[in-house]
Amino acid sequence: MNDFLMKLWDSRFAVAAVILFAVGFVTLLLHRNLIKKIIGLNIMDTAAYLLLTSLGYIENRLSPILRGDDTDPAHYVNPLPAGLVLTGIVVSVSVTAVLLALTIRLYRRYHSLNVDEIYKMAQKEHGV
Amino acid sequence: MEFTVNLPLFAAALCLICSAVSAVLPEKAARRLCLALCGLVAIAFGLLLAYGLSSDAATTYRMGHYPHPWGNELFFGTLEPLLLCVFATVMLLCLLGGGSHLENDLEQGKRRYYYVMCELVLSSLIALCCTNDVFTGYVFIEISTVASCGLLMIRQLGRTTLASIRYLIFSLIGSGLFLLGLILLYAVTGHLLMPDLSRAIGTLWESGQYRSVLLTSICLVTVGLAVKGGLFPFHFWMPDTYGYATPASGGILSGLVSKGYIFFLLRVIFRVFGTEVFYKSGVSNVLFVLGAIGVIVGSVSAARETDVARMIAYSSASQIGYIFMGFGLSPQLGVLASVFHILTHAITKPPLFLSAAQIARIAGGRDRKLWLGAGHKNRLAGLTFTACALSMIGIPLTMGFVSKYRFGLAAFDNPKLIVPTLIVLAVSTILNTWYFMRVVIRLYTPASGPDGPRVRMREQRPFAVAAIAFLCMNIGFGVAAKPVVTLIEHGLILLKEAL
Repeated sequence: MNDFLMKLWDSRFAVAAVILFAVGFVTLLLHRNLIKKIIGLNIMDTAAYLLLTSLGYIENRLSPILRGDDTDPAHYVNPLPAGLVLTGIVVSVSVTAVLLALTIRLYRRYHSLNVDEIYKMAQKEHGV
Repeated sequence: MEFTVNLPLFAAALCLICSAVSAVLPEKAARRLCLALCGLVAIAFGLLLAYGLSSDAATTYRMGHYPHPWGNELFFGTLEPLLLCVFATVMLLCLLGGGSHLENDLEQGKRRYYYVMCELVLSSLIALCCTNDVFTGYVFIEISTVASCGLLMIRQLGRTTLASIRYLIFSLIGSGLFLLGLILLYAVTGHLLMPDLSRAIGTLWESGQYRSVLLTSICLVTVGLAVKGGLFPFHFWMPDTYGYATPASGGILSGLVSKGYIFFLLRVIFRVFGTEVFYKSGVSNVLFVLGAIGVIVGSVSAARETDVARMIAYSSASQIGYIFMGFGLSPQLGVLASVFHILTHAITKPPLFLSAAQIARIAGGRDRKLWLGAGHKNRLAGLTFTACALSMIGIPLTMGFVSKYRFGLAAFDNPKLIVPTLIVLAVSTILNTWYFMRVVIRLYTPASGPDGPRVRMREQRPFAVAAIAFLCMNIGFGVAAKPVVTLIEHGLILLKEAL
């Protein structure tokens, strides 16, 4: 039991990331409210970044900025995961912006944020 | 000739530059620029194909000459240039043939942004087909998602806005899963370049270390890209997305964008996981089953649809099912058939959307009940629709026939799956024939009552050029299938060997 708890504690970031990812995924897929869907998307993306950031961090090592004469790479962490996270954040910000713009357009037209209601109204509008 | 290896990078960069320039150009100039760009890209990849054939080896292009664990690379043999040459040509013809609809469907003043989106889609297709780095792949997957969403939502109907939000949500679920899979792979291997990843995965698989993490990441990456490609049961966004977009967008989205993701998946299977690991992991069986169900479900849904544009969109779902079924069958003949089908679908589906829109315009709607005798009113559109429908069914002399023949052959590559594959092929061909021929027969049934006005060639010149070019490509590839198949075979070998 103690062993299991220790293992769990060691991989606490991964566990948290998986839980958050699942929460975001389900919200994005199943929630009817568009704004909540977008929040779900952001939780999902953040979970992925949490995982990547935690993997890229090694205890007792320095951030990848050269300190004085210390040129031994073993003293620093790998800068790549942080770079990937930054790229990912840029991507998710722009996608969120597009989604919000679409939501605003839909809200102006149908005065609702519920996907099902909007779908029904759109069907009526086009007669399909 | 050495210079030609720079062309993919130049082409992708040129697309990005043009998309920035197009945003400030007047509308007509933006259109001309986009058409010229598509033509140029097609020529560039034609040259690269010739270079690849003459040198008979794949090229790894280092960007900035940084060596391989650090730098970013492109990789191309003969398959990538072939596909990109066809893709760029198809995009050119889509924009040409759908031009008059673009003018009707899009607001004045916003049309230039349409071309910005097209150029972004083209650049991301180039990057997805040529990149040797999985994270670059992820970034361009997202660029392509946002740009294709733009192609869709630029037509400002309530229905298209709703369709684009659905499309975006499904796409984001797909890319979220892909990203998570990628992170897990990076965590256990420490690499992002395909050859390094492949070596590391090979070693890990043999030692049995991190087996569950590897399997999870294979699943996540495959499912993520399959969701974006539109594999069953994630195809429900398709009819709305393709059906309500302006016809040029419908053609580009169904014929090209989804193929970009699928081809990237193929590269990941061949160059990252390695066919051996992938086919041992059992994920290929899942692809086969979902693909086969997708073929049938797509065909049945298409048969139930009376709106012709939505019917064609459902038929896309079924064709995507074929491609994934081929992936599931075997890494040799199965994948070969799938790649040929990628070409078939890219060349056959856009003219179907374009000609359906052209017929709908003269018939007064997209419901097939309105189409009585419309084939006589617009002969060229009727002919194009009929020929492409025959190609989708798989009549000899068309590309569709070669695809289906190749899938039939591929079935024998995997003894366990011969019977299911052949049954799926037969059932879907019957369904295809039924729903396409139902429309074609209606097109040529003379309508009672006075003859309406006829559309002549002169009045639809751009569409005529595009339609004839599409038909020539279709029959050309259909008749001269042998060299194309050999080329694809060779390209697949290069893809696998040059690790």
